[in-house]
Amino acid sequence: MEYFDTFVSIMGSAIRLSIPLLFTALAGLFSERAGIFDIGLEGKMLASAFAAACAAYWTGNAWAGLGAGILIAIIFSMLHGFASITNRGNQIVSGVALNFIAAGLTIVLGTAWFNQGGRTGQVPPEGRFSGIILPGADMMRDVPIIGPLYANVISGNNILTYIAFLMVPLSWWVLYRTRFGLRLRAVGENPGAVDTAGVSVVWLRYRALIVTGFLAGFAGTYLAIAQSAAFINNMSAGKGYIALAALIFAKWKPVPVMFACLLFGFLDAFANFMQGKSLPMIGEVPVQIFQALPYILTCVLLAGFIGVARPPKAGGVAYTKER
Amino acid sequence: MSLQSSANEPAIELVGIDKKFGAVHANKNINLSVGKGSIHGIIGENGAGKSTLMSILYGFYHADEGEIRIQGKPVTIRDSQAAIAAGIGMVHQHFMLVENFTVLENVMLGAEGGQLLAKGVAGARKELKRLEKDYGLEVDPDAVIEELPVGSQQRVEILKALYRGAEILILDEPTGVLTPAEADHLFRILQVLRDQGKTIILITHKLREIMAITDTVSVMRRGEMVATRKTAETTVAELAELMVGRRVLLRVEKGDANPGPVLLSVKNLTVKDGRGVTMVDDVSFDVRAGEIVGIAGVAGNGQSELLEALAGIRKPVSGEILIDGKPVEAADPALLRQLGLAHIPEDRHHMGLVLKFEEYENSILGYHHDPRYGHGAMLDLDAIRRQAEEQIEKYDIRPPNPRLKTANFSGGNQQKIVVAREIERDPKMLLIGQPTRGVDIGAIEFIHRRIIEMRDAGKAVLLVSVELDEIRSLSDRILVMFAGKVVGEKSADADEQTLGLMMAGIAA
Amino acid sequence: MSTASVPLPAWINYGVIPLLNLILAFFFSGLVVWAIGENPFEALNFLIQGALGRGDAIGFTLFYATSFIFTGLSVAVAFHAGLFNIGSEGQAYVGGLGAALVALSLDHYVPWYVTMPFAVIGAALFGAAWAFIPAWLQAKRGSHIVITTIMFNFIGAALMVYLLVNVFIVPGKMAPETRTFLAGGQLPKLDWLMALFGMKLGPAPFNVSFIIALVMCYLVWLLIWRTKLGYEMRTLGVSPTAAIYAGIPYVRTVIIAMLISGGLAGMMSLNAVMGASARLQVEFVAGAGFVGIAVSLMGRSHPVGIIFAALLFGILYQGGADLSFEMPNITRDMIVVIQGLVIFFAGALEYMLRPAMVRLYQTATGK
Repeated sequence: MEYFDTFVSIMGSAIRLSIPLLFTALAGLFSERAGIFDIGLEGKMLASAFAAACAAYWTGNAWAGLGAGILIAIIFSMLHGFASITNRGNQIVSGVALNFIAAGLTIVLGTAWFNQGGRTGQVPPEGRFSGIILPGADMMRDVPIIGPLYANVISGNNILTYIAFLMVPLSWWVLYRTRFGLRLRAVGENPGAVDTAGVSVVWLRYRALIVTGFLAGFAGTYLAIAQSAAFINNMSAGKGYIALAALIFAKWKPVPVMFACLLFGFLDAFANFMQGKSLPMIGEVPVQIFQALPYILTCVLLAGFIGVARPPKAGGVAYTKER
Repeated sequence: MSLQSSANEPAIELVGIDKKFGAVHANKNINLSVGKGSIHGIIGENGAGKSTLMSILYGFYHADEGEIRIQGKPVTIRDSQAAIAAGIGMVHQHFMLVENFTVLENVMLGAEGGQLLAKGVAGARKELKRLEKDYGLEVDPDAVIEELPVGSQQRVEILKALYRGAEILILDEPTGVLTPAEADHLFRILQVLRDQGKTIILITHKLREIMAITDTVSVMRRGEMVATRKTAETTVAELAELMVGRRVLLRVEKGDANPGPVLLSVKNLTVKDGRGVTMVDDVSFDVRAGEIVGIAGVAGNGQSELLEALAGIRKPVSGEILIDGKPVEAADPALLRQLGLAHIPEDRHHMGLVLKFEEYENSILGYHHDPRYGHGAMLDLDAIRRQAEEQIEKYDIRPPNPRLKTANFSGGNQQKIVVAREIERDPKMLLIGQPTRGVDIGAIEFIHRRIIEMRDAGKAVLLVSVELDEIRSLSDRILVMFAGKVVGEKSADADEQTLGLMMAGIAA
Repeated sequence: MSTASVPLPAWINYGVIPLLNLILAFFFSGLVVWAIGENPFEALNFLIQGALGRGDAIGFTLFYATSFIFTGLSVAVAFHAGLFNIGSEGQAYVGGLGAALVALSLDHYVPWYVTMPFAVIGAALFGAAWAFIPAWLQAKRGSHIVITTIMFNFIGAALMVYLLVNVFIVPGKMAPETRTFLAGGQLPKLDWLMALFGMKLGPAPFNVSFIIALVMCYLVWLLIWRTKLGYEMRTLGVSPTAAIYAGIPYVRTVIIAMLISGGLAGMMSLNAVMGASARLQVEFVAGAGFVGIAVSLMGRSHPVGIIFAALLFGILYQGGADLSFEMPNITRDMIVVIQGLVIFFAGALEYMLRPAMVRLYQTATGK
């Protein structure tokens, strides 16, 4: 029973840790499926976390925080579009640049505005997204096995967590069941096909980046005012890159993205749990192995040792109309 | 001159279309009228301006001057959307398909019939069924494009156009990627489409196709529409002459060949292209020291792939290449150069030269390991520049500046840089692809003379060119390639008509 | 006709346009400074004073510049072969392991000038080794090198933390770092060089690796423009099809270029580990690998340009530290913003000004 409690606690933590990954990986999904590489996910997450914390602090309203987070992430996304779509700049370089700008700007502005070494002010409880107890969670708690799972893993999360999991089928539906999704997937494979079908490649890609910004805004908001109660220096801490790895690991597909994010979130939670503990037979396992595992798995996948990860064909290349 | 191409009303008329790209005059005052319910061919050599004209029709480019009329009404075609709205459908040479999409998704793309796909899908399926029935365009709507053969992919392109209500269908070099059987199938479809009242414009450089299925034909040459004929009233010979024009005959003075031993030998060579289509099919021939063997053929019949295989750039599927009687072990350009094989490639912009390099840097491309250019790991820039200057002088390359970026030389001078590099190495064998494409008259003569000199010096020369004139004036023996096979051999004095028929795959 | 194909003279391409891009980056940085209520010109003055005003300030500036020269060269070498190496950060980190191992094993026995050549080799070897797997994956399996090098930055970081926490830590100490190297494992400071100019170095860790960096600049220049290998790398980088035609082996050239790139990144650790802290510490690279991207972009992948760009970023890093002291409202991270803006304007938007310049040039020359 003790093992089971541990398991429940790790699972709960895994879900909490995978939510920012999930939002961000889905954000990257829309951008990359439209043929725009985005290594600037990290920066978008960070910038939106900062914006969400500021707005929530000033207004005391969590939804205002979410709105600000989304807005700033979309602005970053549009900058990426301006460089890589309109000016046909290198998408990688643009992503690197925006990551730096976000990393620097959040601290510079944060220090200037709050004078706490880069931290924003403590967001009041009404400015945060707090846990929601699902109906019957307390009643269920004593039911063996499913009780604790329901009460501690499924229930008690904040609204953004549930939105994150809703975003998975929604993203799938948008990509595979709507006109926008069809065109978006097409423009990432063969922009010529979209262009000759009389659809604007540029506008389509900008719209995809708006969706990217929208979703990345949720990720940042989650970090700042759901998981914590303030913005902290560099609080994304490489999660944008893990999300990118998850996206590749999931071969650019929405439902596998969810599982990849849960896996990487679980590894993170497990690493935290294992800190200082030792496994029977094996002894102490260095936590760094769990930290590196998402990246190692992604490289192994990219090498083609586990199936083939086929990236969107037109990814990374600006579209030139001339033939 | 506006010869009505059919008794019917014109479906499309072009009046005075003119288009310049910088100094290049791609389309000069083009007038054309195509009757409704007919198949109209547009024929011309590479670079004659056919594709530019069609791109203007489909809204990719905008004409500097002129008017387009559809069903008698003037229209402005700003982009592809406007072209589609005007009832124009286009089947591009390189298919505009999303390869991991199904047929249905590709057909619906851009004409989905609503924000949600579900709404349009049923209608699209029904419409596809109808098109299949009406025109014999059978394709499984749920098949994924990349799993379909090329012929079926092309049918999807046609379906896309018809699905959008195209009344005028433009096909750009549609048979280039098809097997003969697939091409026949395509022609049957086109005939059905015509009989149902669609207007078809077929762009090609294959005379046989023009004769086989068009009602009327126009010939383009150097940006001009030089003639329009009823197909029934013209001949292959007349069209060929119109295509080529009365050129300044570039007869090069040359003595009789003095063939020596076989230096380069090809045995049962089979080569596939990147898509896995067999482009060279069981080809065998020899090239002797002191002779020029010309390979004639319409572009796309396997000459390029043959040349690339011989140069070690493309790995053959089967067969043997022998140099001095010894089989070549690996497809490795560096190894072949060591064996004395020089290669003037067809595409100097992407293969023969690095356009961003300075001239002298290109003068050693492929030979940079030669000890003359530096010992050990180092390059001896003085030595390289010195020999570059010598070549510049000897080949009259202008401007005479080895430090100039290669992109800033004219086409003729760029080609001279390649020719100088490959010939000055004193190779035993020389592969030459399209030696004078995009080269001015003066440079053509110069390059031709160098090639003859190579022969007279006892080198084995293999020449590939789509310019029949060039093949005839330079070669000692002529091999004709058609559909990947060598269909016959003629001596240098074979007349143009015979060769033309062989190139069209009609006679052997 | 599109303006993309119109040639511009070199002084516009390599002089005016980068300068304008830099001015734009600084203009927006100034806006940020202004937005937080400070005077941008005053800030600029503090920044320059802080970086160049005193002997020790110059020493720190040159110390930072040294690191950036190494990483800038690293990015540039890969770039010449058409490869985008984002992994200089991780390669420098792992390179530090090589340098530290040499220093730890030799510092008891030999003077620094004997240790140094081995340390250079050790740092380069470890850095190169960390670049090898991404290089091999790119060359043989077509895995996108941008993604794999990013992944290897993180894997490298995890590996180094593990080693420092579990292997190299001094027993009884809390800080995850190696023991302090003895003099035989340290690179001496360049006091005498500063003295030549009548300046005092003070506490600034400006050291011998600066000279190694300059030597590497020369060697990289030699490699790229004077050797057969460099010729092959440039051909592959500019025109992969021409490289095939010329018989240049793809796999070999990609791997060698990445090994050299990784080796140069690894050498950055000589400066930070053996020249400054005299021990291997967690996260000693501190973003220098990423700065290398900016330096290489600004310097147009040419060693001379890289030296200037590295000095510029050295000034930013040192001056930024001083600035944050003088204007507490502006933190050191302002330099990260400037760095991002420089990469954005000089890198991602490098073509933005071109059409305007072409028109201007054509009007001016009357063509």
